[in-house]
Amino acid sequence: MTLDDILTSLFPNGRSIETSGAMIAGRAVLPDGGSIHVLGLTQGEPLGLDEAIVLAGRVIQIVKSGDRAPILVLVDSASQRMTKRDELLGLSEYLSHLAKALLLAEAEGHRTVGLLYGGSAAGAFIATALATGTLVALPGAHPAVMDLPSMARVTKLPIDVLTAKAEATPVFAPGLDNMVMSGGIHIVWDDAAPLAPQLAALLRLPHGRDDRGRLGAERGGRRKAADLAERVEHAAASHQAA
Amino acid sequence: MTAVTANDVSLSWYEASARQRIDALVDAGSFCEFIGPELREISPHLSIFDLPAQFDDGIVIGRGRLDGASVLVAAQEGRFMGGAFGEVHGAKLTGLLRAARTLKQDVVILFDSGGVRLQEANAGELAIAEIMRAVIEARRARVNVVGLIGGRAGCYGGGSLIAGTCSRLIISEQGRLSVSGPEVIETNKGIEEFDSRDRALVWRTMGGKHRYLIGGADAFVEDEALAFRQAAIAALGAKRGCNAAALEAEQKRLERRLQRFGEVEDAIEIWQTLGIDDPTDVPALPTGAFLRAANDRENADDAR
Repeated sequence: MTLDDILTSLFPNGRSIETSGAMIAGRAVLPDGGSIHVLGLTQGEPLGLDEAIVLAGRVIQIVKSGDRAPILVLVDSASQRMTKRDELLGLSEYLSHLAKALLLAEAEGHRTVGLLYGGSAAGAFIATALATGTLVALPGAHPAVMDLPSMARVTKLPIDVLTAKAEATPVFAPGLDNMVMSGGIHIVWDDAAPLAPQLAALLRLPHGRDDRGRLGAERGGRRKAADLAERVEHAAASHQAA
Repeated sequence: MTAVTANDVSLSWYEASARQRIDALVDAGSFCEFIGPELREISPHLSIFDLPAQFDDGIVIGRGRLDGASVLVAAQEGRFMGGAFGEVHGAKLTGLLRAARTLKQDVVILFDSGGVRLQEANAGELAIAEIMRAVIEARRARVNVVGLIGGRAGCYGGGSLIAGTCSRLIISEQGRLSVSGPEVIETNKGIEEFDSRDRALVWRTMGGKHRYLIGGADAFVEDEALAFRQAAIAALGAKRGCNAAALEAEQKRLERRLQRFGEVEDAIEIWQTLGIDDPTDVPALPTGAFLRAANDRENADDAR
């Protein structure tokens, strides 16, 4: 599906969304007549500081408006932009700032939903899709942590060995199925059916604490994380008295 | 004040292990570890790569006292898998931050990490996202989360994004804070974009002095455990939340940085604009002289 197909299927009741470079921003109408904010990083482009500051500014404006309407973040990106300029100027702060803005919006009463409809990787994935309260994906989405040539250099493993292991190991390999199994993606929507009712159903679900660890344990992609985090919480509480 | 056993251990932060750093950071003898190595909570994934596991998975968590006050502490071990975040490593920090929110106790994170552990990349990436969320939830409950950066592995990748969620950051000259590491930029964009073997370029682009000068860190300290301890005590002194006003201030601060420095080619030009008389001298300046020269630096104040 093209971005336009997706937006049309999501918002048959109307939308007003502007495109600026690889970013989109605007509003749309939900089936129940309510309003939803729409933001996006599109066209498979990297996320650098110039984009992150614009998206974060939009999110902060939404929070300040006080309308508490949900925010949908569409993502089809590369990784963070890997340039000397971005790092010189402190890219980590800009990416964190965007993630914090999304987390703030949720804490201030906006339901935040990420929709991964293409690629995303590493810092760009963390600062956008993974900073929303609920992340969904469309079939064909392809999240990754790092491309294999970079991984080969960092792990000092030959690329053919790495490729073989990537096919055999869910916890390590890039791809949608593995990210679903690890609990990072709540659900993969059906792209043969209209998306509007699927979004409406998602927005009706109650949402509270971070349940990605529990999902990862249930789906078998991340068996230890949820249990261990809980044991740490208990240890901290019980040592409290000592 | 409660009776405090002062900690006066002299120790290079850069050279020290995670456990040595904790022992030198907190009040003498006050640290109590959670889920320690005796429980052997090792990574279930490293054996796939024929890599040895470590019984604490490269992170030590627990509670100690700082100048008499109870704090939760996490220290990454940069000498094990580059301090990288895997499933177990990440879950220990996530749990600690969730406890901090519930118990209303401040947290100090001793970063020493190359980022996500690629051998368990999906689990590590999700751990980063869970930790960032837990930091913000703790901060919104008026808990301080202070990050210390000065270890061998630096603070790269997902580690740098977690650092960006902290209420305060303390850095030494040896601390490096950056998303993409030098080798990753060079591999993807070529040696013309970034020569990873040019150590001077790495330090002045990603190192502690530059980060302090542009407001990427709040305090600059000597590579000395006592200096980190004193700066951590000071950073925990004031309560700072995380609300719309703080993020709006950060938005303005980061916009201003782009306006001021968005077109420069090298850190030297930034330092010159910041009023440093001899910017090429910055890497050689000892701490005291550097802090005096840094008088007109960009200050983050509470805008983070």
